[in-house]
Amino acid sequence: MGKTIAEKILSSHSGRDAKAGDIVIADLDFMIGQDGTSGVAIDSFRKMNAKKVFDPKKIAIIIDHSSPSPNEGVSAIHKKIREFSKEQGISLYDIGCGVCHQITPEQGHVVPGDLAIGADSHTCTYGAINVFSTGIGSTDLAAGMISGKLWFKAPETLKVVFKGNFPKGVYSKDLILNFIGKIGADGATYLALEFYGDVIKAMSVDARMTISNMAIECGAKVGIMEADEKTLAYEKLHATRKPNPVSADKDAVYKEVIEIDITKLEPQIAKPHTVDNVSPISQVLGTPIQQAYIGTCTNGRLEDFQIAAKMLKGKKVHKDCRLIIAPASKEIMLDMINDGTYQTLIEAGAVGVTPGCGPCVGTHNGVPSDGENVISSANRNFKGRMGNPNAFIYLASPATVAASMLEGKIADPRKYL
Amino acid sequence: MLTHGRSGHVWKFGNNIDTDLIIPARYLTTSDPVELAKNAMEDADPEWADKMNPGDFIVAGDNFGCGSSREHAPIALKATGLSAVIARSFARIFYRNAINIGFPILESPEAAEEIKEGDEIEVDLTSGTIKDLTSGKTYQAQPFPEFMQKIIKAGGLIKYLRQQHPQLR
Repeated sequence: MGKTIAEKILSSHSGRDAKAGDIVIADLDFMIGQDGTSGVAIDSFRKMNAKKVFDPKKIAIIIDHSSPSPNEGVSAIHKKIREFSKEQGISLYDIGCGVCHQITPEQGHVVPGDLAIGADSHTCTYGAINVFSTGIGSTDLAAGMISGKLWFKAPETLKVVFKGNFPKGVYSKDLILNFIGKIGADGATYLALEFYGDVIKAMSVDARMTISNMAIECGAKVGIMEADEKTLAYEKLHATRKPNPVSADKDAVYKEVIEIDITKLEPQIAKPHTVDNVSPISQVLGTPIQQAYIGTCTNGRLEDFQIAAKMLKGKKVHKDCRLIIAPASKEIMLDMINDGTYQTLIEAGAVGVTPGCGPCVGTHNGVPSDGENVISSANRNFKGRMGNPNAFIYLASPATVAASMLEGKIADPRKYL
Repeated sequence: MLTHGRSGHVWKFGNNIDTDLIIPARYLTTSDPVELAKNAMEDADPEWADKMNPGDFIVAGDNFGCGSSREHAPIALKATGLSAVIARSFARIFYRNAINIGFPILESPEAAEEIKEGDEIEVDLTSGTIKDLTSGKTYQAQPFPEFMQKIIKAGGLIKYLRQQHPQLR
C-alpha cells in the first residue's frame, strides 16, 4: 500500500513505517517561535530544568507579532527572547526583519522533504515548498528545543486537485477562500491536505504559499505540495541545504479526493466573523470600507504589492479610507523600494508600517474603531482579531483590497485590470 | 490531578469558539495565568470571567479552540478554575496544548448537544463519564489514546518529561 507525502516524511523522520493513525516520535529539521508564543516556551524550557537547546542551528525566534513593541509588557517579552537567543546561540530575527513564515523559507531554514514545527498556527505555510510543517504550542516548542523531537499522529490526507484556468482578477487567495468556504472551518481537522493540479503548477511559489498558509483555517495539520522546477529554483536562490523532494506514491491512500474547476470562479470574500463565511464578490459589492490592509504571511509578498501598485498607480486611496501596508519581510520591502512599488503605493495614500505582522494580530499598527469595516489580505477575520471586537473584517486578495480602496467600498478588481 | 471527579455548573458556547475569543491578542502582554484568566472568553461574553465560579464547565459545539497556536488560551481557561471544556470537537492545536498543560478536555457530541446552560454536571475525568445531575442523563466521552493519558496523568508535558528524564529533574 502506497504512502502520502505526510506519511513518507513522518516515516523518514521517525525510522518507522508510519501510516495514518500511527503515533510516531520524529526528528525535527527546524523549529521557530515568535514573540507571541516564545515567552511561554522559554518559561517551559526553564521549568523543565533544561540548560541547552539540542542544536542552536535548527531553531529561530522571530519578533514579528508586536514589532516594534507597543507597550512595556511586550517589551519585557522581547527582552526575554533576546536574552534567551543570545544565551543559547540560536538565530534571532529582531524587529523589522519580517513575518516568521516569510523569514523561514526566505532565509533557507527549511527545504523540501523537511519536518518543521512552529509555535504559530500558520507554520503550515512551508507546505508550499514540500515541507511537512505544522503549528504547535509553546510547551511543544520547548520540548522540541530540548530534544529535537516531537510526537505526531500521522494524519489521513485529503487530496485536492485544482483544475481549469485562472479567470481574470482571480488569484490563489480566491481559490483557498473558496475551498475553505466549501469544506468549512473544521472540514479538515486533524487531516493533511495535498494540493495538485495544473493550476498549482502555473502559480509562483509565492502564490502557492498563500494556499498552504490557510490550510489551518479549515483545521488541517499541513497543506503540502509536491516540489517542481519552480520550488527547486526558489531553493537555489534561498537555501544552502540540499532539498530532498518527497512525492506521494501512485497508490497512496486518501481519505477523499476533491476536484475543483476554477475556470468560472469569481473573486471571493470571507465575511465577518469566520473564515469559512465565504461568498463570491458579487454578493458583497458596495459594502462601505473604512480601513484596508495589505500584508501578512498570507499575502504580503512582492507580487501581492505589485498587483496593488499596478491598480493604484497615479490614483488615490478613497478619501474616507485608510490603507495600511506591511511587507512580509525586509527583503520584500527592499525589492519594493527598488522596483518603485513602495513609492507608487505611498504616493497613492498608503501608510507603510514595519515589515512584520502589522495590524493583523490586533496588538498595534491600526486597530479599527467600533462599527468599522476592514478589508484585509490576511488569513483571519475572527471577532476581535484586529484588536476591536466591535469591528468587522472581510478577507480578500490584494487585488480586491486595492480595488476597494479606489471606491471606498468593496469593489470588483476585474474593473481595474 | 485528573484522577477524581469534578462537579459544577455549565456555561454553553456555540461552534468555532476561536482563540481570539478565548483570549484576545491584546492581552498577550503577559504570560501570568492569573492575569490572563481575568480576560478569558472576553470577546465571546465580556462578563463571563466575573460571573463564572471555579469548578464550572464550558460545553461548546464544533471546533473549540480553532485559530492561533497561543497556549495562553488553555492557560487562561485553566487559571479561571474551570473544571474542563466539553465540546463536540476540538481544533487540533488547542487539543494538544490543553493536554500539554494538563487542562482537561472531553469530546462528546451527545453531551455537547443535550446539556443545557446552568445544568449541574459531574465528570469523572479518568473514565470520561459525564453525568448531568439536572436532567439525570449520563454520557460517555471518547477516551484519550494511551500515549496522551500518560501525559495527562503526569499533570502535563513538563511534569511527564521530568518523570521520564531524570536529568531534567
